[in-house]
Amino acid sequence: MSTTTAVLDDAARTSTDSKGKAGEIAGFDVTIRVRRYDPEKDTEPHWEDYTVSAYSTDRLLDALHKIKWEIDGSLTFRRSCAHGVCGSDAMRINGRNRLACKALLRDLEPSKPITVEAIKGLPVEKDLVVDMEPFFQSYREIMPFLITSGHEPTKERIQSQHDRERFDDTTKCILCAACTSSCPVFWTDGQYFGPAAIVNAHRFIFDSRDEGSDIRLEVLNDREGVWRCRTTFNCSEACPRGIEVTKAIAEVKQALLTRKL
Amino acid sequence: MQTHSYDVVIVGAGGAGMRAAIEAGQRSRTAVLTKLYPTRSHTGAAQGGMCAALANVEEDNWEWHTFDTVKGGDYLVDQDAAEVMCREAIEAVLDLEKMGLPFNRTPEGRIDQRRFGGHTRNHGEAAVRRSCFAADRTGHMILQTLYQQCVKHEVEFFNEFYVLDLLLTTGEDGVRRTAGVVAYELATGEVHVFNATSVVLATGGAGKVYKTTSNAHTLTGDGMGIAWRRGLPLEDMEFFQFHPTGLAGLGILLSEAARGEGGILRNGEGERFMERYAPTIKDLAPRDIVARSMANEVREGRGAGPNKDYVLLDLTHLEPAHIDAKLPDITEFARTYLGVEPYTEPVPVYPTAHYAMGGVPTNVETEVLADNTTVVPGLFAAGEVACVSVHGSNRLGTNSLLDINVFGRRAGLAAAAYAARAPRPALPEAPEADVVALLEGLRSATGTERVAVIRAELQETMDMNAQVFRTEASLKQAMTDLDALRERYALISVQDKGQRYNTDLLEAVELGFLLELAQVIVAGALERKESRGGHFREDYPDRDDTNHMRHTMAYRSLDAAGRDGIVLDTKPVVTTRYQPMERKY
Repeated sequence: MSTTTAVLDDAARTSTDSKGKAGEIAGFDVTIRVRRYDPEKDTEPHWEDYTVSAYSTDRLLDALHKIKWEIDGSLTFRRSCAHGVCGSDAMRINGRNRLACKALLRDLEPSKPITVEAIKGLPVEKDLVVDMEPFFQSYREIMPFLITSGHEPTKERIQSQHDRERFDDTTKCILCAACTSSCPVFWTDGQYFGPAAIVNAHRFIFDSRDEGSDIRLEVLNDREGVWRCRTTFNCSEACPRGIEVTKAIAEVKQALLTRKL
Repeated sequence: MQTHSYDVVIVGAGGAGMRAAIEAGQRSRTAVLTKLYPTRSHTGAAQGGMCAALANVEEDNWEWHTFDTVKGGDYLVDQDAAEVMCREAIEAVLDLEKMGLPFNRTPEGRIDQRRFGGHTRNHGEAAVRRSCFAADRTGHMILQTLYQQCVKHEVEFFNEFYVLDLLLTTGEDGVRRTAGVVAYELATGEVHVFNATSVVLATGGAGKVYKTTSNAHTLTGDGMGIAWRRGLPLEDMEFFQFHPTGLAGLGILLSEAARGEGGILRNGEGERFMERYAPTIKDLAPRDIVARSMANEVREGRGAGPNKDYVLLDLTHLEPAHIDAKLPDITEFARTYLGVEPYTEPVPVYPTAHYAMGGVPTNVETEVLADNTTVVPGLFAAGEVACVSVHGSNRLGTNSLLDINVFGRRAGLAAAAYAARAPRPALPEAPEADVVALLEGLRSATGTERVAVIRAELQETMDMNAQVFRTEASLKQAMTDLDALRERYALISVQDKGQRYNTDLLEAVELGFLLELAQVIVAGALERKESRGGHFREDYPDRDDTNHMRHTMAYRSLDAAGRDGIVLDTKPVVTTRYQPMERKY
């Protein structure tokens, strides 16, 4: 394991500067312990420590940027919106799946090294970047689009507020894979659809406008479908959008048993 | 190197790109090249809604919407384009509903609508409920719904492909037309040439020229940049929108829907200051006016907080249940990032760089223009990368989600129709050469300058000198700084020399685009000696219709030594039914 320290460089600070944050300004040093792997150079993954100066309101993403921009440009991770809506930066942080842009350093016990590694169960491509294709493959298999028959209405379809509310929770999914890659069943059986695909199936199965529920339920009745879920609740805890994932899976199981929506 | 051949190549997979792909993909062999996984695009961060005169909850019509759009844009809007957008808005919303978008509903089960800044009944009488929405995550729902439709229609995506060059060829007829694009595959470092009859640019904006911004890290103006480097003009780049309510110090967006649902802006003295600036519609005045009013309160010492450097967005008089139902995400942002509880405490806010009104000029058919009138055959653009111009000098809230749907659809249809009637153009010789030279030059460079340092200084000078308030002196300072930064940019090096997932290298490429686009913004702002919409010159505080009611057209020039410069020209504004009036709210 090697250790590198960032030289504090005000010019390179980003929009997360402490200015304007309601007066709270307390700088400190924090050690970020990153599991790194570059198949062009490394035979296997290894941990590396970086110490950066930070503010308690900084996000882990800010610390990762500081490492990349001031210490080691080869540190590789995905990110885009930086406020928890695009789903690019799901990582395993102190052993728990979270979005790096929603994890504030002060909530991560910054007095100790903060460990950061790629999400589990998907092939690691480089450092914190995994191959997302198996994840999206499962998503596509549940037919994640409105299925209807007959003529389209001239104006909008009518849907009651109650019917709209029925699937509201599962419309929040941002496909970050934090849930699926926190699931012990998915870790041992990569064929399992995983929570995110089931959440997105739920979003349509319980949409009163949709007519494709029978097909989707049949897909999820597969041996790699909902019945593999062991109700460990890891997925619900991991979801950065607060979706009650385990509940959604249970509702899909119930629908399969009763064939009633 | 690999070479591919398609009828239509779409660059970018946000709302505009995917809306285009749904149309083009069903009519022609189509590829979508996107630097992000499609669902990561920044359309997903849009919150408040998409306006259309459905009249589901009160009287409304698309002509009122057109008027509001023209007036909101401070009469720099091309009125024929605004008419197209506002007329087609109704069908665009209904299309999304039929695709499955989960809009909020009225008690009767129809699409619900709410108020939004600058949208009024009967030409400014009062605020009107025109915005169709899904809580405060309308953009998320649009992005997901469009992606779902792309899955349904089996659209072919090339994810994490960075398009770094636009291929143009001049045929025997002397016409310069599109031949395709050159892309860099992030996973492998391989360069790919895409020979295509039609190319649609849908790459979004360039908010990262500023430090305080609501934009994603990835919004670096790549599409504008590649067009610019190939000698195509950029229109109205000096008009950049600063959204009033960014989280103070962070720039994270809090939707205008907060005010549409009844939120109030207050200064450090607790005063509802918008009553002084826009007596009729107050907090729901257009964004340029609200942002300027907020900055003015701070400047005159009436800010809030220990440094009096922000104002407050007050939601405390709203029922928590109402906030949870209509504004769940933005209130969570306030809790997560500022530790503020919006039920009981006002939220610190300050303007944040949000949207480029300018971009690659197009006509209403989304065809890209090489000058004021000449179309580049086979090249189309839609969304924030483009300038139609439906937003003029200031975009109304919700009109960007509308823009991407209306003009994204038009671009997909137009690109497919062109590809069906035109032959596939031959590729130029060594089409990949410029991209390979750019990448290898950066990869092998040994200079001492760092990308992050230059980018931070770029963003610092733009925030300081080319933001809400501008003067001749501040803009000249910005230009001096940018010239110096471009010289230093020539001396950068990257640390990651590898082929796989080399984001270090791509950040260097993106910085190159940002620097050149910042210069275009500042050049246009210097030349525009008036105040209009999002562009406010303290030394020229009035709108000047005699000398400046025309679009800016910027062209890249090259001198004998090969150094690039900027030449400015103008283009007339299309006026149909609305003559310019004083803009009061």
